[in-house]
Amino acid sequence: MSFVGRSEAERREMLQRIGAPSLEALWAAIPPEFRVRGSLPVDAPLAEYEIARRFAQWAESNADANHYACFLGAGVYDHFIPAALRSLLSRSEFATAYTPYQPEVSQGTLQSIFEYQSMICELTGMEVANASMYDGATACAEAAHLAIGATGRRIVLVSEGVHPHYREVVRTYAAAGSFEVRDVPLERGATAVPALKRLLTPEVAAFLWAQPNFEGIVEDGLALTEATHAAGAYSIASADPVALAVLQPPGKDGADIVVGEGQPLGVPMGYGGPLVGFFSVRKSDVRRLPGRLAGVTVDLDGRRGFVLTLQTREQHIRRERATSNICTNQGLMALANTVHMALLGAQGMREVALQSMEKAHYLARRAAQVPGVSLANGEAPYFREFVLRLPGPAAGFLRAAEKRRILAGVPLERFDRARSQEILVAATEKRTREEMDRYVETLAEWARRPAKAKVEEAACRS
Amino acid sequence: MPELTLRERSVKGHRGPRLLPLDVPQEGAERLLPAERLRGDAPGLPEISEPAVVRHFVNLSVLNHHIDKAIYPLGSCTMKYNPKLNDEMAQLPGLQAIHPFQSEELSQGALAVIWELHQWLTAIMGMPAITTQPAAGAQCELTAILMTRAYHVAHGNPREEVIVPDSAHGTNPSTVNQVGYRAVTVPSGPDGCVDLNALKQEVSGKTAALMLTNPNTLGIFERQVGEIARIVHEAGALLYLDGANLNAMVGLASPGAMGFDFAHINLHKTFSTPHGGGGPGGGVLCVREDLAPYLPTPVLERSGDRYSWNYDRPRSIGRVHSYYGNFGMLVRALCYVKSLGTTGLAEVSREAILNANYLKARLTEAYAPSHEGYCMHEFVLSASRQKARGVRAVDIAKRILDFGMHAPTTYFPLIVDEALMIEPTETETKASLDAFAEVLLTIDRETREDPERVKRAPTQTPVRRLDEARAARKLTLTWRDLEAERGDA
Amino acid sequence: MKAPKDLKYTPSHEWVRVRGQEAEVGITDFAQGELGDVVFVELPAVGTSVARNKSFGTIDAVKTVSDLFAPLSGEVAAINTELKANPALINQSPYEKGWMIRIKMASPAEADSLLSAEAYEKTLGAHA
Repeated sequence: MSFVGRSEAERREMLQRIGAPSLEALWAAIPPEFRVRGSLPVDAPLAEYEIARRFAQWAESNADANHYACFLGAGVYDHFIPAALRSLLSRSEFATAYTPYQPEVSQGTLQSIFEYQSMICELTGMEVANASMYDGATACAEAAHLAIGATGRRIVLVSEGVHPHYREVVRTYAAAGSFEVRDVPLERGATAVPALKRLLTPEVAAFLWAQPNFEGIVEDGLALTEATHAAGAYSIASADPVALAVLQPPGKDGADIVVGEGQPLGVPMGYGGPLVGFFSVRKSDVRRLPGRLAGVTVDLDGRRGFVLTLQTREQHIRRERATSNICTNQGLMALANTVHMALLGAQGMREVALQSMEKAHYLARRAAQVPGVSLANGEAPYFREFVLRLPGPAAGFLRAAEKRRILAGVPLERFDRARSQEILVAATEKRTREEMDRYVETLAEWARRPAKAKVEEAACRS
Repeated sequence: MPELTLRERSVKGHRGPRLLPLDVPQEGAERLLPAERLRGDAPGLPEISEPAVVRHFVNLSVLNHHIDKAIYPLGSCTMKYNPKLNDEMAQLPGLQAIHPFQSEELSQGALAVIWELHQWLTAIMGMPAITTQPAAGAQCELTAILMTRAYHVAHGNPREEVIVPDSAHGTNPSTVNQVGYRAVTVPSGPDGCVDLNALKQEVSGKTAALMLTNPNTLGIFERQVGEIARIVHEAGALLYLDGANLNAMVGLASPGAMGFDFAHINLHKTFSTPHGGGGPGGGVLCVREDLAPYLPTPVLERSGDRYSWNYDRPRSIGRVHSYYGNFGMLVRALCYVKSLGTTGLAEVSREAILNANYLKARLTEAYAPSHEGYCMHEFVLSASRQKARGVRAVDIAKRILDFGMHAPTTYFPLIVDEALMIEPTETETKASLDAFAEVLLTIDRETREDPERVKRAPTQTPVRRLDEARAARKLTLTWRDLEAERGDA
Repeated sequence: MKAPKDLKYTPSHEWVRVRGQEAEVGITDFAQGELGDVVFVELPAVGTSVARNKSFGTIDAVKTVSDLFAPLSGEVAAINTELKANPALINQSPYEKGWMIRIKMASPAEADSLLSAEAYEKTLGAHA
């Protein structure tokens, strides 16, 4: 079934009205050599209950955060999502609406976008935000592109504290030749300011950094931005929106562009997608902003209303001279962010941030007490994520933890072969003391095992 | 009565859903972080109770037109019905509450979903290699043109230009520019198709690729696509299918057989995933076997009944997304194809084409078609006759809103004057098409008998025509801007 | 608004007011009518070189963007900074308050090949 409602009688009537002898006559323009011969090599249609059975099987063969204590972070977090949010997001009026090109029948979408833009600016300390990007990674790439255009320079410096996958995406976008990427190293978990200063030559258009950074460390945004501005370059911060409820926002440090990943605000982890990137700038850069933008106006009767504005920046009008080729964005996920921030409110957002931070510190302190375990970045200040160095291959511990229904951390070996004994651990407000104590117990038990056993265990995991 | 903003509804002290109390000893932010790293002033987020938040968004939602309400015939958008089972499957905790970095052993179900979708889509497209990492159609275009560049660089000459027909959607030339190529436009002939002679003049050793939408944005099948492929390939260039109009060809024609080197799919168009007020979408890029090495990293592989991501891709263009793409949309699309199966897929294009031709037949007495003859899944009308009476496409579009339906796309493609681009999709019933046709015929009558009525429209919508010039001249983009405008503190 | 007789014109709807070594440039009433409400004008910096028939900037209406073509070659001597805050001047007063740039002409003889008001209006006849 294809959701088509059609009877044979209707088909005949329609063909008659068209004046076509047959259905096939309608696509006679398709040369025979391009036609699908016979039927496609795919399955017969299934009824809903059979489809549901198959998907349930697939779902059951994944570990999920309802059955495992999730301490994984690295850009995607297991934060609280209120039931009211799910209910609102599932409304057809939001989910099955299109881009608001006819604003008179899209005020729901348009006002929501305006509220989203407003709240992103409150978090980031910037003046203007767009209606969303695909994710934090592409938001970084597009921010670099903006700085290149604004300064006329060709080099973008990227802190190694920026998410490794975001750095890869920035490099992919740079490969088109419009700019060159150079890395700025970390020192004890934070961007090394002297190294940054050495790399800030007059050809540098921008410096991209993260707050907190990938290893959870809180960066000295003021020092980084001051150094960047002294070289006439753009300071671009990729910020965690939960952290921004309590951390000094990069906008207040003087950053020129603040982007980031909005997943922690009401978007399920979803195996990494759909996500939602946010993008905020100063008013003076509004014409270089990529993506959609909603603004306030009035209608013929003087009633307040909302419209997409400055559309001439976009590809459907400016075509090859557009600020970006982005068309479809992550609209429904931006709505999730908006609803989430409205439900939690100022107080709730602050509490989520503070609890996540307290829990992360509780876990880190207790974990670091286990013999052989230490915080890889020593005393560097962190928010809700930290790197643990373990006395043996991390793969072994992670496996042991999985057996106890704990997803204990992201192995840094994924990104750097040399860091096979380190894991990135996150805690959110959802992690209970019981879960964290069980974590430390499991860690202590594993740490006690003889070195040889640890290595063998780790080798088992393919 | 305009809807208040969240800020305007905020009351100090009101709270929404609560967390559990902190169950670990509290240290305090001042002890855990340096003082200068803490926020001085709290973000100005609203304080509203849950029931009030729910009312706020429910009342906003009912101001929207949406496909579950009535026809939404935007050209090349494929606003078909969004099946509800898709959403249910995507929301299963085992498919939604999963982290992209959990170990592969614990994610085999997720990988199996992606794998099966890949099998279906490569079969439908008649092309062997695939990535579902791009987040949208425009990102597929970017991925493909980046791969094109990598391919040409590997063959010793990066080339300089990408050719795009004048009827192309704006994402095509903007993608070309974003990748650092020069966009060269080739005109359409009087038949609405790419002018082959003009194409032959433009194609040269500088050409990296040609981006073609087929059927094109006029709803016409580029019957010379075989010859176009030959011309492009002879020059050593690559041929890209912009699959925005794939709804005309699913189960009917094979992009692989047409000679395309790249073909993209918009899951939110052809494969029924919901548009969400502007997104998220789902991008799929299929490629020819020898282009597979350039695909974004990682690539999904299967060995026996074990799935894994392969990161060892030395010729890959890199990543285009932070993780594996819009996985939630892949789940929905797989659910859709399983619901349709062979017979359902065969129906999609056939009924979409029947619906478009029927609607066109009902309307062309009153509205000038851009081209005579049958169309594919969409067609373009020109409101030129109505313009002569002083009523333009924009007015007609606004008047349609008064009847509770959505307007078609207006003023695109650029090559048709006062364009109305209409794509009904296969999920509209005959009754729905008749109702829409009646509305357009009524409006045509009005342009003769009472043109002011059309030019004043809409009058039955929550707001009337909005002053877009003012919105652009006086930028009010946040609550703070609104307050500054009103002279609030 | 008829095209003022004392000005010269281009087929791409720019007007020119020659004053000694300088040429003041704007767009015609016809052009502003076609564009609709002007929202933004992107003008070159003072001191930039402009070349005849090449684009010197862009003009944005709500839903369109068009290039502005230099009728003469030379160096930009002045730009109308009022247009930043009030682009509507181009709609309201296209030949006076809506002026865009003043060019210090490199070869004043180029002005001879511009259209007279009459010749320009004839080209508009074709647009009826």
